[in-house]
Amino acid sequence: MEATIEVAGLRKRFGPAQALDGMTFTVLPGQVTGFVGPNGAGKSTTMRVILGLDAPDEGTALIGGQPYRTLRHPLGHVGALLDAAALQPSRTARNHLLWLAHSQGLDAGRVDEVIGQAGLTTVAKRKAGGYSLGMRQRLGIAAALLGDPPVLMMDEPFNGMDPEGIIWMRGFLRALAAEGRAVLVSSHLMSELQDAADHLVVVGRGKVIADTSVKDLIAAASGDRVQLRTAARTEAMTVLAHAGATVAATGPDLLTISGLSAERTVAALTESRIPFAEVSAHRATLEEAYMELTRDAVEFSAAPAAGGASQ
Amino acid sequence: MTVITTYRSPVQDGRDGFGQLVHAEWTKFRTVRGWVIGMIIAIVVIAGLGVFLVFASTANVSCGASSGTSSGPVQHGSACPGAALTLGPGGEPVTDSFYFVRQPLAGNGSITVRVTSLTGLPPGPVQPGLVPWSKAGILIKQDLSQGSAYAAMMVTGGNGVRMQWNYTGDTPGLTGAVSAASPRWLRLTRDGDTITGYDSTDGAHWTRVGTVHLAGLPPTVQAGLFATSTQYFPISTGFGGSNVNDVQTAATAVFDHVSRSGAWPASTWTGDNIGPPTEGIEGVAEGYHQAVGRFTVTGMGDIAPAIPGPGNSGAGHNPIGFYLVGTFAGLIAVIVVATMFMTAEYRRGLIRTTLAASPGRSRVLAAKAIVIGSAAFATGLAAAAATVIFGTWEAHASGYPLWPQPWSAELSPIIGTAVLAAGVAVLALAVGTMVRRSAAAVVIAIVTIVIPYFLAYASAVPAGIGTWLLRVTPAAAFALQQSTPRYQQVQAYYRPMDGFYPLAPWAGLAVLCGWTALALAAAAYLLRRRDA
Repeated sequence: MEATIEVAGLRKRFGPAQALDGMTFTVLPGQVTGFVGPNGAGKSTTMRVILGLDAPDEGTALIGGQPYRTLRHPLGHVGALLDAAALQPSRTARNHLLWLAHSQGLDAGRVDEVIGQAGLTTVAKRKAGGYSLGMRQRLGIAAALLGDPPVLMMDEPFNGMDPEGIIWMRGFLRALAAEGRAVLVSSHLMSELQDAADHLVVVGRGKVIADTSVKDLIAAASGDRVQLRTAARTEAMTVLAHAGATVAATGPDLLTISGLSAERTVAALTESRIPFAEVSAHRATLEEAYMELTRDAVEFSAAPAAGGASQ
Repeated sequence: MTVITTYRSPVQDGRDGFGQLVHAEWTKFRTVRGWVIGMIIAIVVIAGLGVFLVFASTANVSCGASSGTSSGPVQHGSACPGAALTLGPGGEPVTDSFYFVRQPLAGNGSITVRVTSLTGLPPGPVQPGLVPWSKAGILIKQDLSQGSAYAAMMVTGGNGVRMQWNYTGDTPGLTGAVSAASPRWLRLTRDGDTITGYDSTDGAHWTRVGTVHLAGLPPTVQAGLFATSTQYFPISTGFGGSNVNDVQTAATAVFDHVSRSGAWPASTWTGDNIGPPTEGIEGVAEGYHQAVGRFTVTGMGDIAPAIPGPGNSGAGHNPIGFYLVGTFAGLIAVIVVATMFMTAEYRRGLIRTTLAASPGRSRVLAAKAIVIGSAAFATGLAAAAATVIFGTWEAHASGYPLWPQPWSAELSPIIGTAVLAAGVAVLALAVGTMVRRSAAAVVIAIVTIVIPYFLAYASAVPAGIGTWLLRVTPAAAFALQQSTPRYQQVQAYYRPMDGFYPLAPWAGLAVLCGWTALALAAAAYLLRRRDA
């Protein structure tokens, strides 16, 4: 069986809210796929549909070409961390993993292995109710790894983790992907996925906005803009507009130029003898690229969106 | 572009099947200490209350009280608690009290009579005259001791002609009331230890009513005419107590055409009052009068199995099964645990983990039902067994006379309690699955299962409504706890508070199973249809 998640044309309505509106993407093995979008974009709903927990109104979700509900030992195909808080508080972490193992016909030996992998060995016999959110995330990951599945799916695994935990998690996810597993990780904060994800599925309002590699996304968001610092702002605007650029004043001595490369900008300014302090190619961060993509997709933004930037 | 090799797990594929689901649910159950403690609480409540009530019965019984208000077992008649109950040939407690006009019969033979009249005392405000089971007729009895083997043909106050034997046996014969215009002919023939009863309307055309074997019948038996009529106890019951008044009735029968065959060595008839002297009625004397082949016999009492409970013939001696009354309280704990077994998963979102691990949702529900049903069965079994064992021990220690029963009769309410707890737990689980919220589900389960029983038990609703509740609600299965049989040929108070239920045990179980099956089907449907 191929280690893939294929989601095609998912639609689902909860009362008046269209939670999923044609969600379509594929998760491939060997890489970490970030599943990003603002809260309410449909990430968790999509994951529940993939796991056969929620039924879509339309569309299909397949694991290695099969619907989840037809899998014989599902935890051997897909390991999922949906909600780290989904624990019986009075049950110990080890017993939580034990019943899950028994449901798959696995034994206590496998339970102790994943406890070690998740770094919970010393606290495994404590009641889960006393766990911090970060420890619960590790317990959820241990549960996801129980069946040693080729596909892993985690909903907001960075939530509640301390910086050390976040670094551990990033390395852990990359290592799982390097073994040839397909890893889908959702987050509403792109910064958490920096250095972790190879590929991104950006969603908003129940559908995919962008399905791209991290590298391409940053390049696209950066565009060909150039930043210019000069005391002679008015003159520079005239000359550059004449040279075919679109120029915007972004500060008292700052201009942002698009439609003209940095080399040609320097050449035009030199030719007209206009003094300038600095010329630099603008480079977007992943966060900026994401903000730009999702500006329209945020369900409840604080202020009306200032339109135009991403068009 | 690098070629990506899909990950292959080195972990051995586990076993597949329903067994591992049950195993997982069992692990879930046993690893939440609160649930295990809840079941133990149920055991302690049921057994603790039972043993306490045995203790209270001991303290409550007092000698000589023949009527009055009481909140516990009350003693009627002159017999003191501790005085041995009369036991029949089968070892069961019996009432054996009547007026007997008899002669010895040596070897085989028969007796035939015509009954022309059966009357009671003039009816009064609380005096029914005849009662439906006033009895008069002919009787062949092992000897004159109470509780000895017998067979009888009789006319009754309201149940036509009957053949009865050894207290519990009863077969109907001719229907309708006896009168001078419509007399009844009765005949008993003895052949070894086999006795056959016949009836007839004209003395010429006979119908065999029944043939019975009275094991170990001696060569010489006592045979003759008898009359008896039961005590009648109008009882007014309120919450927590009952007011019992005993009213004696007497039956007078007129016989003629008395004929006999076989060896009857005595030349005359003798009248005997069998059993302890019953409370007399002013102006009424038990006895007989004989004139020109015509006998008039007046008697009081009954020949029947004794029934336990206040107001009944066996009052003052409770079967150990009566002391399982704490079951309803213990079941509340079972209901809470069984409901939470499902609703706790919804509350925490754990149901998604469960259903992701096992997508066959009906199978998950079935596994949960098996686990919680088995846990509740074990709980009920332990609770009832502890009640019977410790209750019997306490009764012996304090000299309280329990209702004598064979061990098999004590086993049935023990098993019954276990089955009741299992059925109730599965029903509560199904309700929890449908409702998904702990508090609401627990309330619904208690209101539909425990409250109907409690209302009927405490007589908080009229008896008719109580009976109805114990027929149609899941509480009908409390009938599984009935430890002594109900006899349709014995007029007595068969009340829930005395351990008697309107349905037979299997019928009560069927009602509970019906509700449980319905609830499980609805729960499975909703579980499959709803998003988790």
